[in-house]
Amino acid sequence: MKRFVRWLSILALTVLAGALLLAISSLPPAPVKLAGEVAANLAVSGVSHPVTAVLLNFRGYDTFLEVAVLIIALLGMLAAGLPPPPPTGSRNAMLPTLARLAVPLMVLAAVYLLWAGAFRPGGAFQAAAVLAAAAVLLHLAEIQGPWPDNARGPRLAIAGGFLLFLAIAAALLVNGGLLRYPPEQAGLNIVLIESGLSVSLAVNLAAFFLLRAPKS
Amino acid sequence: MNLILDPLAWLILLPLLWATLAFVATDRYGPRLAIAGLVGQLLCAAMLAQDVASHGSIGHLAGGWAEPLGIRLFADGLSAVMLLLTQGVALALVLYARSYFSQATPPAFWTLTGFLIAGMNALFLSGDLFNLYVTLELVGLAAVGLVAAGGGAAQIAAALRYLLATLVGSGAYLFGVALIYGSYGTVSASLLGQLINAEAPIAVWLAAGLMLTGLLLKTALFPFHFWLPPAHGGAPAPVSALLSALVVKASFYLFLRLWLGPFAALTEAQPWLAQLPAALGASAILWGSWQAIRADRLKVLIAYSTVAQIGYLFLIFPLFGTGALALQAGILQVTAHGLAKAAMFIAAGTLIKVSGSERVLGVAGAAVHLPVTLFAFALAGVSLMGLPPSGGFLAKWLLIDAALDQGHEWIAGIAIAGGLLAGIYVFRVLRLAFRVTIADDEAAPLRPAAVLEWTALALAAASILLGLFAMPLINLLAGVTR
Amino acid sequence: MSSGLIFAATGCLLFVLGLGGVLLLKALLRRILAFNLMGSGAFLVLVGLAQRDGTPDPVPQAMVLTGIVVAVAATALALTLARRWQALTGREDIGRVGDAGSRRRSKQRERRKAPR
Repeated sequence: MKRFVRWLSILALTVLAGALLLAISSLPPAPVKLAGEVAANLAVSGVSHPVTAVLLNFRGYDTFLEVAVLIIALLGMLAAGLPPPPPTGSRNAMLPTLARLAVPLMVLAAVYLLWAGAFRPGGAFQAAAVLAAAAVLLHLAEIQGPWPDNARGPRLAIAGGFLLFLAIAAALLVNGGLLRYPPEQAGLNIVLIESGLSVSLAVNLAAFFLLRAPKS
Repeated sequence: MNLILDPLAWLILLPLLWATLAFVATDRYGPRLAIAGLVGQLLCAAMLAQDVASHGSIGHLAGGWAEPLGIRLFADGLSAVMLLLTQGVALALVLYARSYFSQATPPAFWTLTGFLIAGMNALFLSGDLFNLYVTLELVGLAAVGLVAAGGGAAQIAAALRYLLATLVGSGAYLFGVALIYGSYGTVSASLLGQLINAEAPIAVWLAAGLMLTGLLLKTALFPFHFWLPPAHGGAPAPVSALLSALVVKASFYLFLRLWLGPFAALTEAQPWLAQLPAALGASAILWGSWQAIRADRLKVLIAYSTVAQIGYLFLIFPLFGTGALALQAGILQVTAHGLAKAAMFIAAGTLIKVSGSERVLGVAGAAVHLPVTLFAFALAGVSLMGLPPSGGFLAKWLLIDAALDQGHEWIAGIAIAGGLLAGIYVFRVLRLAFRVTIADDEAAPLRPAAVLEWTALALAAASILLGLFAMPLINLLAGVTR
Repeated sequence: MSSGLIFAATGCLLFVLGLGGVLLLKALLRRILAFNLMGSGAFLVLVGLAQRDGTPDPVPQAMVLTGIVVAVAATALALTLARRWQALTGREDIGRVGDAGSRRRSKQRERRKAPR
């Protein structure tokens, strides 16, 4: 019986795959072309890279909620119970040297990525990923210890970037819409939001790795 | 109107704000932040409902960009009712939780609750299929976090099963959105209605199938209900109430929106499709009730009752032919069940707290020790059974009316049978509660805090009064255009 | 067949593979990886299908970036839960609901563990 259900599911999935392939191969051209609209409004978006313009301006509201999703995942981890801290003293002797060399460069790279986001691929999320990796490297090299679950610093950092985003979103309601930047200040607003976010997201990502239950 | 006080925007911002503050401030200020925030949100929801009642639907361009480039938020009668229900029930549950968790709050409870409510409000207000995906994940992940709270093996297992189900559901939804963007170049729900009406290639049929099935999985409609009883039955009582009363309704709301909005052209082209959700709904009523009748643990009984009550929501789909009657019946059922189920779960939480037993048998003698809580449980049961004058009665009355009107006698029959089955499992609990032994009389257990008893009673009473004062709600829903 | 369409076709296959994986595999880690495969499939379709006529479209690219962050969050939560589950029970799967066999098996395992 179990086997039968298994084969039946595999058959159904194969049919689904076939139908999907058939469907996309016979698709007529899309009636709406957003690429043109993005290009037409890029000049007033505050940035010159179209993807960043979509992420932080045209669909900035998506990005706003997405930051909340990342915080929620961390909260889920706190709710389920944190893993105990790893045993110390088992690190590789090379790691601290590597970390001391690499971390400053990683911070530099993160700042560059943040700055580059305005006009080429890059931005807050990429910068945050590099910063978080730097924190994890420091942790593995035992230069940076684990964060206890009630540590105030990481929480403040995570909340700070998001609250800044929220404050800007709320303040811009004066303009007639959530996150509706006045065109001449769009660039400034985006830089502010992205700078706050890169710190907040970096700490959030690093916290998945560094937050540990207090030693009992 | 003062732009900065736009109630629509603050329904999203306010819960995000207090949830984030509760994250920083830890547990001590959590309850105060939650209560203050929810009072504000309830005001916003009432203001929004007022606006919707006088102006019809209300739009808000996020970022100031019109569709299809930007994301348009909007509220109509349907969203207004869902928002009012969410803020109202959540406020009562937060008051209850504050006292219920007076000894030890599960970690991150307050902040997760805030994010969960923010996600639901954002979902009820969004008119963009991709943005709706983000809100679905907000709601899903926050709900999983709440189920995991406590961190025992049973909670983690329930949370993992729930997480896998909800991720497959939203994954299927996202894939559908990708196909739709590929087909039309936009994900704005209002534009898609016309575009799909004009031309619907196979890809869109597949997308609709994947998205709607994914949402059924998240709504726990039979046979996708497998994850619900352990998750709702195993969580702390306030969490169970939040999940059963509100969270499953969020994905149902989206299913309904898609059915009546962008995919209306598809479902009208093939009317037999509407029989599918109705058939599953009927099976859910029978199977869920049967499992509730057999359940050994009180909260599992209530969770299976949710499986059954979700079934009613899907009976309305073949009945959309004439007027707004089916929609009114469905949303009235959402509201009545939301209020009654929240009341029932928190009443059960109090019963379990006092008796110390999770089993159905543990309620024996509750009529003596906890008359208020038991009365709340019974009132909620009256609404679930659909006895007059409750909100549940009015919902079933409208449903049967619509079903007979359109010649779907079997739907009327199922609705009546479901009420009888609900009677069996509700009376199973009540009969036990009145079984008083001398031992019970002597060893009167400690009395719970008054707020634990009265919040349950208030919610249960609201589910009854809904049947008498439903006109404003019905009028709000009459204006919802398809 | 344009390159965008090839991406989209690959995406369809990845999605179905991932879906099958989540539904049919047992080990939690594999199921979490399979979920990520589903997500990658959806992202490929989102970007690929939108540029099947050869002109790149920044909107789905931004949506994919949003989607990736959401997927990272979901994966992180799933992994922490799976890890916690393993720490509590020593098991790498959660079995099927109502599967009495799995409960019995875990009890046997507990018993086997006990003497150590």
